[in-house]
Amino acid sequence: MSLNRRRFLRKAGMVTALGLGGTFVITGLRGKVEASEYETPQQGLVAKRWAMVVDMSKFKTKEDYNRVIEACHSVHNVPGLGNPKDEIKWIWNEDYEHAFTSQNNRYMKESVKNHPFIVLCNHCENPPCVRACPTEATFQRPDGIVDMDFHRCIGCRFCMAACPYGARSFNFRDPRPFIKEINPDFPTRTLGVVEKCNFCVERLEKGLMPACVEKSKGGLIFGDLDDPRSEVRKIVSSQYTIRRKPELGTQPSVYYLVGGGDLV
Amino acid sequence: MYKGGRIIASLVFVVALLSLPFFYNMGKGNKGPVINLNTSAILQLADKQCVEPTEWMRANHMKLLLQWREEAVRMGKTEYINSQGKSFKISLQTCLHCHYDPALNTSDQFCVSCHNYTAVKPNCWSCHTWPKEAGK
Amino acid sequence: MFERALTGSRRYWTWIFLLLAVIAVGFYSYLKQYSYGLGLTGMSRDVSWGLYIAQFTFLVGVAASAVMLVLPYYLHDFKKFGKMVILGEFLAIPSVIMSMLFIIVDMGQPLRVFNVILYPSPHSMMFWDMLVLFGYLVLNIIIGWTTLGAESKGSPTPAWVKPIIYLSIPWAVSIHTVTAFLYAGLPGRHLWLSAIMAARFLASAFAAGPSILILLCLLVRRVSKFDPDPGVGAIQSLVKIVTYAMIANVFFYMLELFTAFYSNIPEAKAPLKYLFAGLDGHTRLVPFMWTATILAFVGIGLLLFPSTRKNDKILPLALVAIIIANWIDKGMGLVIGGFIPNPFDRVTEYVITNIEIAVTLGVYAIGMLFITILYKVAISVREQKDR
Repeated sequence: MSLNRRRFLRKAGMVTALGLGGTFVITGLRGKVEASEYETPQQGLVAKRWAMVVDMSKFKTKEDYNRVIEACHSVHNVPGLGNPKDEIKWIWNEDYEHAFTSQNNRYMKESVKNHPFIVLCNHCENPPCVRACPTEATFQRPDGIVDMDFHRCIGCRFCMAACPYGARSFNFRDPRPFIKEINPDFPTRTLGVVEKCNFCVERLEKGLMPACVEKSKGGLIFGDLDDPRSEVRKIVSSQYTIRRKPELGTQPSVYYLVGGGDLV
Repeated sequence: MYKGGRIIASLVFVVALLSLPFFYNMGKGNKGPVINLNTSAILQLADKQCVEPTEWMRANHMKLLLQWREEAVRMGKTEYINSQGKSFKISLQTCLHCHYDPALNTSDQFCVSCHNYTAVKPNCWSCHTWPKEAGK
Repeated sequence: MFERALTGSRRYWTWIFLLLAVIAVGFYSYLKQYSYGLGLTGMSRDVSWGLYIAQFTFLVGVAASAVMLVLPYYLHDFKKFGKMVILGEFLAIPSVIMSMLFIIVDMGQPLRVFNVILYPSPHSMMFWDMLVLFGYLVLNIIIGWTTLGAESKGSPTPAWVKPIIYLSIPWAVSIHTVTAFLYAGLPGRHLWLSAIMAARFLASAFAAGPSILILLCLLVRRVSKFDPDPGVGAIQSLVKIVTYAMIANVFFYMLELFTAFYSNIPEAKAPLKYLFAGLDGHTRLVPFMWTATILAFVGIGLLLFPSTRKNDKILPLALVAIIIANWIDKGMGLVIGGFIPNPFDRVTEYVITNIEIAVTLGVYAIGMLFITILYKVAISVREQKDR
């Protein structure tokens, strides 16, 4: 009896394996979807290495900061959760002392230490978040932008541990009820995925500058760092700019132009 | 048969349990999905064809959407040239432009009603938005 | 063989149902967390890993520590461990299962977990960690089940298992090394950015893991007729391993302290200051870290002297001290400390929630259920043989 049962189980197992394997092979053989093509849009802006310069001399009033933050957060459906624990932010203010942690001295005036700087994802040339991501949900595009595929994110938050700039936020709860006005042209996010600034890839492909840049009145300059004639390249090569934590070797693409005597 | 009574009783119980959904749904009307193809955008079309021929779309729209997603999000290729050489912007909003009917409830919309009928639960709408939800 | 777990005393079943009740509470709490999101935990934008990942890290160590029995027994023919080795393997299996479960409950989108296999990313340490953990689980199931199965039938262990056993030795080291690499390769997290991290992980694992195993052996001896150490001194040999591993662990920690404070680099000092003295007035972890420190030294002291080490009453206490010290240091201390201060040099503290505790207890109960069942099978086989 027991030998028969064993033989029966073995045969049943083999038949099941054959059936499952067969279906797999058949589905696998069906091949490509259709004789069609995919193209990048013609009107899109392209670059070899997108970068941003933050001209601090253009940021004077509170309004100068809020305008760019609001521009970004409204087009990207960033929720206003209203508490620091669940908070989601793509671009925001951080004072000099905390944005440039290793470039302080104790004799700095409070007004300098507390001077707000615009901070966002640095779209590093060597992004630690991309290295950490176990599913390639965070990836680097050929134009240097570190983008996210929210469909693929498993919410492990390894990227948040990896990012030395605190640029990433996690959806600790359903963000939808906290979005003032949903922009249908950009997805909201769902519970349990990580998000961050995407340098407005969805606008670049339409030929538009990033939303923050558009509203900055010249305070944010965006362009191709690889192009010697671009404005960002001219500024970065000829004037004094600083970057956040350059010692980590990540090569941030966001430069801060701090002209002499601007920060008072 | 060793413990025959128990085995048969258990078998009857299992069969009854498994067939419960059939009995539960017996006699309930089966009116099928509402396939609404008369939205104003579709009525205005000269050539009433989706991005690919209807038959093909019926069988493959999910694969096409997945491929759209990969190409647009990961490759930055947001334009789809179909098998007849016509170009479309890759976006769920392109689908909704024709298939969304503002007069209907969400549950009666083209994709929702068919997915409900076939008990398929795609999670597109946890992130992407209906035109109606926008501005809410 | 499994049928042996289906018969047992009243006490056995009471214990099983107790565990099932805890699992039910944990599962209910998890469902709540699943529907609301990880916002129900104490984790935040700044401290984005917490209790779950801390348990994961600790338990990978416990799993790896089975090698401290397997290696002497199979490689050096250290016969004393003969009866204990199966218990080591059967502790490793539930530990790996628990650590995997802790990853699952920590995920924001657990249904997408197979994306890790669907889109393999060799540049990610998380990908490798999943591979080695799963591999280790399979290896231990094969080894444990085959050796015990052969024993139960009274036949010798089949020869094909030997190479698998040898493979499991470096594999055990690899699981904990890769887990350390999760932390040690991240720029900007100074508590973790240390070349000695993997060595520290292994040392603390080889202290805490065998300690747990010894306690289990003492328990087995008490509740069953099977004695894993019938007067051959296996437990005392293992205690020596625990002692020196713990000494190495404390030594490694002091090396970290030296480098951070003698070099005087602010970023390297800040998290350690937070852990032991508090930072900017935030001191939530300070009492825990000092408890761990004291327990570590007390534990080492008690284990180092033969008079206390060989005392049946003191030995378990010393082992508990070692376990708790490691659990605090390598769990909450390491994980939370790594996130404080945050990249902006600000302190956001982490406050555990009840949901988190309930889920954690649930996962531990699942692990204990597996331990109970596996040990029950192993003990039944042994009891039958001894009779």
